[in-house]
Amino acid sequence: MEDPGLPGPEIGRDEWVARADERLEVETGTVARAKRAWLGLRPPLRFGIVVLAASILPGVASSDYIVRVGVNTIIYAILALGLNVVVGWAGVLDLGYVAFFGFGAYFYALLSSNQFHIHWPTLASMPVVAIASALLGVLIGLPSRRLLGDYLAIITLFFAQAFVTLVNNANRITPPGHKTAVDVTGGPNGIDGVDDMHFFGLHVTTVRGYYYLSLILFALIVPALYRVNASRTGRAWRALREDPIAAELMGMPVKRLKLAAFGFGAGVAGLTGTVFASLQVGVFPGNFDIALLITIYAMVILGGAGSMAGVVTGAVTINVVLEILRTPDPARWVFYGFVVAALLTWLRPYTRLLAVIAGTIAFGIVVHVIVNSVAAGAARGLAPGGGFLGHWVDRWVVLLTNPTTIGNIAYAAMLLMVAVLTQLKGWWRVALLPPTLYLTAFVWENRLVSNPSGARLIILGALLVSLMNARPQGLFGSARIEIA
Amino acid sequence: MDWAKLVQLTVDGTTLGAVYALIALGYSMVYGILKLLNFAHGDVYMIGAFIGYFIYTALGAPLTPSVSVVALFLLMLGAAALGCGLLGVGIERFGYRPLRNAPRIAPLITALGLSFLIQNSALLAFGAGFRNYDTFALDNGRLFSLGIHFHALNVSLMRGIVILAAAVLMVALTGFIRWTPLGKASRAVAADREAAEMMGIDADRVIAWIFFIGSALAGIAGVLFGVLFQNVFHYMGFVAGLKGFTAAVVGGIGSVPGAMLGGLFVGLAESYAVGYLPQGSTFEDLWVFFILIAMMLLRPRGLFGQADVRRA
Repeated sequence: MEDPGLPGPEIGRDEWVARADERLEVETGTVARAKRAWLGLRPPLRFGIVVLAASILPGVASSDYIVRVGVNTIIYAILALGLNVVVGWAGVLDLGYVAFFGFGAYFYALLSSNQFHIHWPTLASMPVVAIASALLGVLIGLPSRRLLGDYLAIITLFFAQAFVTLVNNANRITPPGHKTAVDVTGGPNGIDGVDDMHFFGLHVTTVRGYYYLSLILFALIVPALYRVNASRTGRAWRALREDPIAAELMGMPVKRLKLAAFGFGAGVAGLTGTVFASLQVGVFPGNFDIALLITIYAMVILGGAGSMAGVVTGAVTINVVLEILRTPDPARWVFYGFVVAALLTWLRPYTRLLAVIAGTIAFGIVVHVIVNSVAAGAARGLAPGGGFLGHWVDRWVVLLTNPTTIGNIAYAAMLLMVAVLTQLKGWWRVALLPPTLYLTAFVWENRLVSNPSGARLIILGALLVSLMNARPQGLFGSARIEIA
Repeated sequence: MDWAKLVQLTVDGTTLGAVYALIALGYSMVYGILKLLNFAHGDVYMIGAFIGYFIYTALGAPLTPSVSVVALFLLMLGAAALGCGLLGVGIERFGYRPLRNAPRIAPLITALGLSFLIQNSALLAFGAGFRNYDTFALDNGRLFSLGIHFHALNVSLMRGIVILAAAVLMVALTGFIRWTPLGKASRAVAADREAAEMMGIDADRVIAWIFFIGSALAGIAGVLFGVLFQNVFHYMGFVAGLKGFTAAVVGGIGSVPGAMLGGLFVGLAESYAVGYLPQGSTFEDLWVFFILIAMMLLRPRGLFGQADVRRA
């Protein structure tokens, strides 16, 4: 649709995204006015409001659990911001990111625990760990200096694996010249009894204390990254992300810039690791697995790689949602809410939307009746967690008494149907949607809701794949069209 | 010098290398054409091992197999090849094809997500425990008792079967790439996709076939690993994928004979590291990692790779 009075199309940019600001001017209503007012504020002011709002949480939270989720969210947000430097700005794929996080945590633990009876003051160990992590990042990046892109990705992925192997087994290393084996990392048991963080005699011991500590760290890192992004180096990163060859022709030291971004990200990860280690009062190899890597990537991608506000929003959204998924009843609300929201966004016109929702409900009732009359004994399960929604789910979704085998088959069938659905167009797609939705609900209720740890990993993987296909720029990132 | 140990380690390394080489082939062929690291490849290998396992138990093996041992193995290999081949085609069709012209980072992140999705779907469906092929009990254990047993040296019939199967497949693949029309088309697409399309080659079809063949080989590798080492589990594809990739890099990524020799090299190196280096078995993954790093420092294009791997 052509808006009258707007300038003509720009080459190499997505029109729709490029004109987001202009569209906002035209939009009316309370939401648009609030959005305009919010975006009209200067970035430092906006950031200040966010931090202030976040600082209220421990005051109003009813339990330490909520504050604990808050600390985790902030730690994830900082981690995602660090990864954003590498992936979002410089366009380098760093798959060893969690290993640098782990390195920072382990290094801090070694410097402040009884493992070697070293107890450094936090103000000394934090910068040392951050700088060491950054140097390690550069060191790992060096071998792939000669080649671009993919090799760095696999080297770093391998490094992440090697790191876990190393800390798992470095509890009986015999250094040259030593007679007996030395326990460096505590092996699978990790290192516990890590000192609490202390600054100028002030010890941080409670969860609330760590909340404020991580919030302060967040409030320091965001402006720093903002400055970096606006600097000469930041501009060079974005230039080389857009087109490495053009950047090199302009005389930019491409390889050095990539290594710098890589080291920068590793440094942020290492610094976050120190807070994580002391918050957890220990470090364990299982904390730094590939699942964490996927989680952080999902945060960066969901929010939109390259946009700081987007990345933070992604981190908050994903961590809070994953936390809610732990208990069946709230998880059910999130699940059905997400399905309805997705239908609302994608299905137009509303007659189709109504047809699909009515069709899905009718389909479910019919299937429920048929199954109950044919094999009543097999479907006598109750929705896990109960609750208001669970009460209705009992009457709609067939809940098997023994869901494992059929649930697995249904899961495979669901993946297949989703794949088929992406290939169909028009009314065929509308016709196939109700069975697919019902099958999804069936799999969710029978197989996933009672297995939150498995479900969250599957959801994260599916989120990465579908986001990359449907909206690679994430929720807040600006899309670009390749001119090549 | 303990010669028996050296020979034993060489044989062990060769079998392991045969498995790595089969994985590396898929990695290498896909990279040669799409310039894409298919992280999900290792997990296709894992799915192959599970398909083989389910055929194995469904046919009553090991104690009361309803078919002969040869037929049993052929059925397992065939089912794994077909299942994984289709899985690979599906991955390409729904994961990578929509991103053909996207920025380079997009398919890589998709590959990572796919790998994670397959791995955790397997965890959901098959559980976290190990599944045991138990080929020791098959045919009164003859597969392991027959073979060369000379002093400390033990080379079972099973190892021979694995090496032979891998060798036959590699010869067949080489012939396929060299002489069949589809093989020639795939080489053309790898060399220059646009030019190949202008000559009337349907690049999408060739790419789908390459995914089918590469994934089928990975599935077969999974079954071979299963019958030899018995244990399969949902996470086995991750490290195997990394090692397969290392093999592809050592051989020169994109090169088919390179992937075979690279696999052999990595398998032997790992076997010798376990045998001769202190704490070798604990850190076997680390040694392969060092090989990868060293290879990138010394000869980044690999043993057989083309000099020009650099692109935008």
